[in-house]
Amino acid sequence: MQTSLPVTGNPIADTAARFLWLLPVLPLLGFVANGALSIVAAAKIGPRDPSEIHGDQDAAHDDAHIHEDHPARHVHAKWVSVIGPGVLVLAFALALAIFGGMLGVDTHQAYVQTLFRWMPVGDLHVDAALQLDPLSMVMVLVITGVGALIHIFSVGYMRDDPGYPRYFAYLNLFVFFMLLLVLGANYPVMFVGWEGVGLCSYLLIGFWFSDKANADAGKKAFIVNRIGDFGFLVAMFLLFANVGALDFAGISDHIDRLPAGGALVTSICLFFFLGCAGKSAQIPLYVWLPDAMAGPTPVSALIHAATMVTAGVYLVARSAVLFSLAPVASLTVAIVGAVTAIFAATIGLKQWDIKKVLAYSTVSQLGYMFIGVGVGAYVSGVFHLVTHAFFKALLFLGSGSVIYALHAAYHVTHKHDDAQDMRNMGGFRRFMPVTWVLMWIATLAIAGIPPFAGFFSKDEILGSVFARAQGSSLADASWLGIPGSTVLYIVYALGLSAALLTAIYMTRMMLYTFHGPNRTGEAERAHLKEAPWIMTGPLVVLAVGSVFAGWLNLPELVPIGPLGAMEKWLEPVVGAATARIAGSETHLPASTEQLLILVAVAIAITGVAIAVVRLKPASLLPKRDAPEPHGIERVLEHKYYVDEGYDIAVVRPTVSVSRNVLWKGVDVGLIDGLFVNGSALFARSLGWLGSQLQSGQVGTYAWVLLIGALAVIGAFTGFH
Amino acid sequence: MDAFLSAIRYNDWILPVLLVLPVAGAAGVLLHGWLAPRSEGNTPERVASQVKVMTLAYFIVEFVLSAGLWWSVDPNSAAWQAYVNVPWIPFWGARLTLGVDGIAMMLILLTTFLMPLVVLGGWTSVREKLHSYCALLLVLTTGMLGVFMSLDLLLFFVMWELMLVPMYLIIGVWGGQRRLYASLKFFLYTMLGSMLMLVAILYLAMTNSDTTGRPNFSYDYILSGSTMSPTVALWLFGAFFVAFAVKVPMWPFHTWLPDAHVEAPTAGSVILAAIMLKMGTFGFIRFALPLFPTAAMNETVRTIILTLAVIGIVYGALVAMVQPDFKKLVAYSSVSHLGFVMLGVFALTEQSVQGALIVNLSHGISTGALFLLVGMMYERRHSRLIEDYGGIAKVMPVFAVILSIVSMSSIGVPGTNGFVGEFLVLVGSFRTQPFFTIIASTAVIFAAVYLLWALQRIIYNPLSKPENRHLPDLNWREIGLLVPLIFAIFWIGVYPAPILEKTKAAATRLVERVERGTANAAAGLGSGR
Repeated sequence: MQTSLPVTGNPIADTAARFLWLLPVLPLLGFVANGALSIVAAAKIGPRDPSEIHGDQDAAHDDAHIHEDHPARHVHAKWVSVIGPGVLVLAFALALAIFGGMLGVDTHQAYVQTLFRWMPVGDLHVDAALQLDPLSMVMVLVITGVGALIHIFSVGYMRDDPGYPRYFAYLNLFVFFMLLLVLGANYPVMFVGWEGVGLCSYLLIGFWFSDKANADAGKKAFIVNRIGDFGFLVAMFLLFANVGALDFAGISDHIDRLPAGGALVTSICLFFFLGCAGKSAQIPLYVWLPDAMAGPTPVSALIHAATMVTAGVYLVARSAVLFSLAPVASLTVAIVGAVTAIFAATIGLKQWDIKKVLAYSTVSQLGYMFIGVGVGAYVSGVFHLVTHAFFKALLFLGSGSVIYALHAAYHVTHKHDDAQDMRNMGGFRRFMPVTWVLMWIATLAIAGIPPFAGFFSKDEILGSVFARAQGSSLADASWLGIPGSTVLYIVYALGLSAALLTAIYMTRMMLYTFHGPNRTGEAERAHLKEAPWIMTGPLVVLAVGSVFAGWLNLPELVPIGPLGAMEKWLEPVVGAATARIAGSETHLPASTEQLLILVAVAIAITGVAIAVVRLKPASLLPKRDAPEPHGIERVLEHKYYVDEGYDIAVVRPTVSVSRNVLWKGVDVGLIDGLFVNGSALFARSLGWLGSQLQSGQVGTYAWVLLIGALAVIGAFTGFH
Repeated sequence: MDAFLSAIRYNDWILPVLLVLPVAGAAGVLLHGWLAPRSEGNTPERVASQVKVMTLAYFIVEFVLSAGLWWSVDPNSAAWQAYVNVPWIPFWGARLTLGVDGIAMMLILLTTFLMPLVVLGGWTSVREKLHSYCALLLVLTTGMLGVFMSLDLLLFFVMWELMLVPMYLIIGVWGGQRRLYASLKFFLYTMLGSMLMLVAILYLAMTNSDTTGRPNFSYDYILSGSTMSPTVALWLFGAFFVAFAVKVPMWPFHTWLPDAHVEAPTAGSVILAAIMLKMGTFGFIRFALPLFPTAAMNETVRTIILTLAVIGIVYGALVAMVQPDFKKLVAYSSVSHLGFVMLGVFALTEQSVQGALIVNLSHGISTGALFLLVGMMYERRHSRLIEDYGGIAKVMPVFAVILSIVSMSSIGVPGTNGFVGEFLVLVGSFRTQPFFTIIASTAVIFAAVYLLWALQRIIYNPLSKPENRHLPDLNWREIGLLVPLIFAIFWIGVYPAPILEKTKAAATRLVERVERGTANAAAGLGSGR
């Protein structure tokens, strides 16, 4: 059922794209090298007879080894610092070369590079194959580009950690899987990347695994993601059973086997979206992402902001051909995205942990991206994905610098306080002016203030929603009995409200961290200082992106450069699907569009203004002196008690039923107690009989039974 | 390789040799046990290491010999490969008929691949009655290989019982505290099933007797010539079903398994899980389905079996989740994994049957590795309770890495063997059994829950227990015996195509034969009316 594209006839094939396979291989090699350095340095091969050792010998030495308050830098740190970021820089260079090659040629036909047959069974053909097209190219550039910057930042941030090689091994492995995810030419290969990044996320969240909370958070991430993966799997089963193919080209070729708007394609899309909700932290599966902040901060930047969590958005865009046939599913995506966007934004208003603010902000912004791809504005969703990668990575790394500085100060004065709580910060602009400026750039970008990047991408999403509400296949559909156009206007209103909240909570974060009086403490204050340049340098690059990434896809109303570059670039991949949803009315009248932009900008500025006027950083108390919140504030600080609710409604009943009903009830009680005890009684009498006959040898009567069995055979033949 | 193998006429002698070599080895081991302690200057330590090296050598030779099957067997041939057929008990019409197809070959290779690792795994943990232990392992191997290569129903049954006794003794003599209870439970459960199967085999042999009235146990003969009424087929299928369902084990015939696993010594657990559980599903594929297609595909029967399989998948995973004993957790996870095999076999599509075979192999490798790892933990800490551990990644990093890899493979993370099997089973089963498949798919969530939770409580979390502070990491022997398993995990995960190629024809034949059988029956019924 698979249509393998002729390699020779493809214009992309003759460019640097023939080295496509090398893209994932580079970080994989980094993983192998760093992993080997890690394990070789850590391994202390055990004694020949493991039961002999009772561990009293060189106890003192071992204790020193385990309780390291001042860990020495890892013996292989130098090598790791070269290999870890090195493979990413090489991969980015290769990605640029491939991109350069693609610029000049016709990209309407995706380039598929088949490496080997993976699972060929009957009419199922799953190849280990990579696919290069404009969409995967955009993703590859983001992953390797932002990834390389974050790897470099990590050298500064993690160099003194005893697990340094292990950290880079995981990080390289993550990039390998992420590239596989976006380059896979079929859903199963994509799924390898999909689960692989989840695995690396698990390993990196729980990187400091000796703290139970971190190990818990990693496990939670993996399990919640697996709930989503269940959806991904079922969607694949439905596709194979009904379309007969799992590769993107084959599905496009046989898409007519799925009736447009039918229940089948709708369920396929909804099951896929369950996968997206897991990976991209949407309601109801978003709960793992805030906990994921337990990992090292560069991990939060790379995996939990810039790349992995956007995989769901990529999946919808990649499956545009399916989603454009399923208006109900598309509307669901948009609605869930909009509700998530506003829901997470409200929680973000009251978080004190700087990374938690950013985590909920990420959930909220991912909601925006889903609004975009949900309403069939695939380009705008991907556009926001790209700009978000810049400014959110910048925000996370900047917060990393802040935490690093505060942590270092606490370290000097031997104070054990929360280095991530904003109530312990304040006034940092005096100590970290560069970080302060860079983070304001990112804040303005995410708030949607022109001319920063976020303004363009967010505005495009909201504009598309409005346009679709005015007329599209979605507006004509009905969602749970509600007319599609009504749904879309609601989505628009939610998106606009979320934009207001975004501006408020981000300004709040900046005010509490960098402005007002410092609350760190006298002794610590003297040690607060800017991070080294190996950390600040990547921030500067990201800031440039946060300012200028809007130029990637300028709207017609702002003709300050090439218009709609990304739209033209992605047209071969998602153009047809977009047209199927939008019909002919792709653009609003200029006057309406101007009005919408004006409203969006006004809202963003209002948000910033509200925060500046209403919040009083001066009256904040450090965390240890802070009063308990009341009422709605308390509810928000506890994130609407959703985790507690899941615990009571799902986790505990499952464990309790499994333990008390299934195991102790059915297994031990019913099957063993009722049936086997009967047999046991029988067995005991048999054993007694056997012992009488065979002088009590435990094993012998086994042979008696065997001989008896043979005797039965003889008896039967005797009858004949 | 091909030329060499045909030059030495490999296919003519390999199967009998594989069967006889372990038994001969057992005799040699026992002889050594009788002679060696009497010879001058032989200390007990030297005797012990002699017998271990000797046993290991037998198993390595066995593996090397069997490896030729990979090249010599033509998986696409409709005829049995490496076929041997000589008279055995003429009066009963029983013959020594041996032969393999792609499926049997892979299971034989799995057995011979794992046995040397099993011996290495018990290298330092078994100290008492070492000669009997080694001899029983060797005899057991003959029984297991015999089950996979017998094409005579009586021979099959003898082999089936032959592997039962050594395993009973291994659990009962070298097992844990409740070993007697566990071994008896194991024995009786299995015996109950096999007695019913014996009756069914005898019935088949009688009804297929030749003109002189001599019974015929030939598998091929019965397969081609057997005609029976649907009711009889149903009864006979039922008899085979109980025997195989106990072995699989299918819910609710599974409760012998956790006890047997927990009480068995490491070698016993590994062999039980990795090889002997495969006998059940192999029995369905080789005997129960081809012989009684109408009964097996009877709508009610099929629904019952699929229901039990899916219950096993979910139930096994949920009960595994709450086990305080890590070994028991792994045991229950087997119930879940083998449920996938049953689902795949009874969904009966090309993908699902091939997937079932891959799950069989991967379960053998991953669960075998898990039991070996549990054994290594137990040897150091003398506890299998999860709560006695915690944070040991700090002191046993190599162990932690390997346990993580094996757990991921058992969870079914793509790139490992676990995923390929599960995916093929599910994607194939969905075509005929979407309802059961969707329920079964939830196991991907539960599998992550029980294994990650256990993993966290063993290798992660604070290293708070003083007893664990000085646990030694794996030694070279342990690393060396785990490396081949890790290699297999990634091989099957990344490049299973060669294996799928080997089992393809046999799987397709099974699907076609059963479908043809049911179609014929339907046509027969139609014309009868």
